[in-house]
Amino acid sequence: MGNITAIYKRELGNYFSTPVAYVFIVIFLMLCGIFTFYLGGLFERGQADLQPFFNYLPWLYLFLIPALSMRLWAEERRSGSIELLMTLPISITQAVLGKFLAAWFFTGIALALTFPLWLTVNYLGQPDNPVILSGYIGAFLMAGGYLAIGSCISAATKNQVIAFVIAVVISFLFILSGFPFVLDFFKDWAPQEIVNAISSLSFLTHFSSITKGVIDLKDIVYFVSFIACWLAANIIVIEMKKSD
Amino acid sequence: MIEVQNLSKRFDTFQAVDDISFSVNKGEVLGFLGPNGAGKSTTMKMITGFLSISGGSVSVCGADVKKSPIDVKKSIGYLPEGAPAYGDMTVKSFLSFIADVRGFHGSEKEKRINNAIEKANLESVTYKTIDTLSKGFKRRVGLAQAILHDPPVLIMDEPTDGLDPNQKHEVRLLIKEMSKDKAIIISTHILEEVDAICDRAMIIANGKVKFDGTPKELENMSVNHNSVLLTLDGYPSLNVEKLLGEVEGVDRVELANSESEKVTYRIFPEDNALIESAVGHLVQQEGWVVDAMSVEKGRLEDVFRQLTVGDQ
Repeated sequence: MGNITAIYKRELGNYFSTPVAYVFIVIFLMLCGIFTFYLGGLFERGQADLQPFFNYLPWLYLFLIPALSMRLWAEERRSGSIELLMTLPISITQAVLGKFLAAWFFTGIALALTFPLWLTVNYLGQPDNPVILSGYIGAFLMAGGYLAIGSCISAATKNQVIAFVIAVVISFLFILSGFPFVLDFFKDWAPQEIVNAISSLSFLTHFSSITKGVIDLKDIVYFVSFIACWLAANIIVIEMKKSD
Repeated sequence: MIEVQNLSKRFDTFQAVDDISFSVNKGEVLGFLGPNGAGKSTTMKMITGFLSISGGSVSVCGADVKKSPIDVKKSIGYLPEGAPAYGDMTVKSFLSFIADVRGFHGSEKEKRINNAIEKANLESVTYKTIDTLSKGFKRRVGLAQAILHDPPVLIMDEPTDGLDPNQKHEVRLLIKEMSKDKAIIISTHILEEVDAICDRAMIIANGKVKFDGTPKELENMSVNHNSVLLTLDGYPSLNVEKLLGEVEGVDRVELANSESEKVTYRIFPEDNALIESAVGHLVQQEGWVVDAMSVEKGRLEDVFRQLTVGDQ
């Protein structure tokens, strides 16, 4: 536990001692504003809720989170500091968890800084605040899902650009699998169970049900086990490729 | 403290390390010598648990590197080749991270960090970002990181590479000073360094141990060791070579150089015997005019080449 904390502290400190944190947060908040007010039409809808914000969040995360996760391991491998890290008395699991938790907490900070949106709808009307809260919980879980993919991909390459592109593509597949046109493609020939399985892999399916205010155990289990699977893969990838 | 038995490493079809065995005791400094790509770094990486082992075993302070890698890593201070560090951290915060991972807290942590900074002479750059430091300082940051927890075993891959002569001297002093109560392995291709700090030298080439002994023994292996160089004025007699060859203990005589009025002979002894006085005696007896006479020490370079070039 002490080791996870040490890695976590170093990583988190690193975000704020370099411009990464500030650039990420500023861009994230700007894009949130644009998506919510212009594209989502928060005012025109005439409803006091944050649906427009939560609708666009998966797409925003699709590009911003891989940008955050791409350096997690690729940078260690490129600079050779992975040799230092892996010869310190810590396990790979501890290193993976420490780094992941730091990045996840950081996305949590960025998400929390969107609170002016919440203040706005509360000023304008009487929104259903528990629904908004559950939306935020869902968004945080989803960010963890994106990050776990990105962290695993980042461990497989020394090149951050490759890590970014591949993480975006894989994340995109996990959004896409909930879309009707993808499911239609399978519907004609695959058994219903397979179609349901594909659909249930999607971030969108689970995220949208949480944003509607229904925190179902199965959605929570989905995100937690999704993160666990990708992090387990992450550990295996590092074990295999750390010295390449 | 370090026991290596029949250690091997295979990368696909390439045998990087081939059946190496040795042990290092407390108070000993072992120097790995060898051409680039000989397997020195690979061996070190296996001892420190960074690379997996293809065959054989490594144990450090009684812990097996395969079964309890964390225990092994706890007792080792390791300076990897090129001294990698987290470039965008300051020296102080980097060492603070290392101290956290090594399990130090509070005043003990502070003490350890300051001690490492002092030993590695980093006082002037404590709050500078590592990326902005010169190569010599970066190497010393790596050194500070390795000695922070005062480990019983130190493994350093080319600790003086890229340092200027003064810094090299300082690092060597530091290693010597620490060697009393630690088992140390360093790798280098600077041969004088072996002479200066190592109690034992090991030459590795093509993944195999070619030599394992003291630097003195290494010198003795040189064909030139204890040979006498004799320069005479003019040609005093036609049978100089014959006379020199008859001196007791002399193996053979070679004409090393002859120009205008001077002629130089190299006289090789049998079994590294000391033949200087016997040769001197002959010179006196014959009344030759001596321009210069010297005894050669074996040069490590010669031995290094003898041992590593032949079969590549």
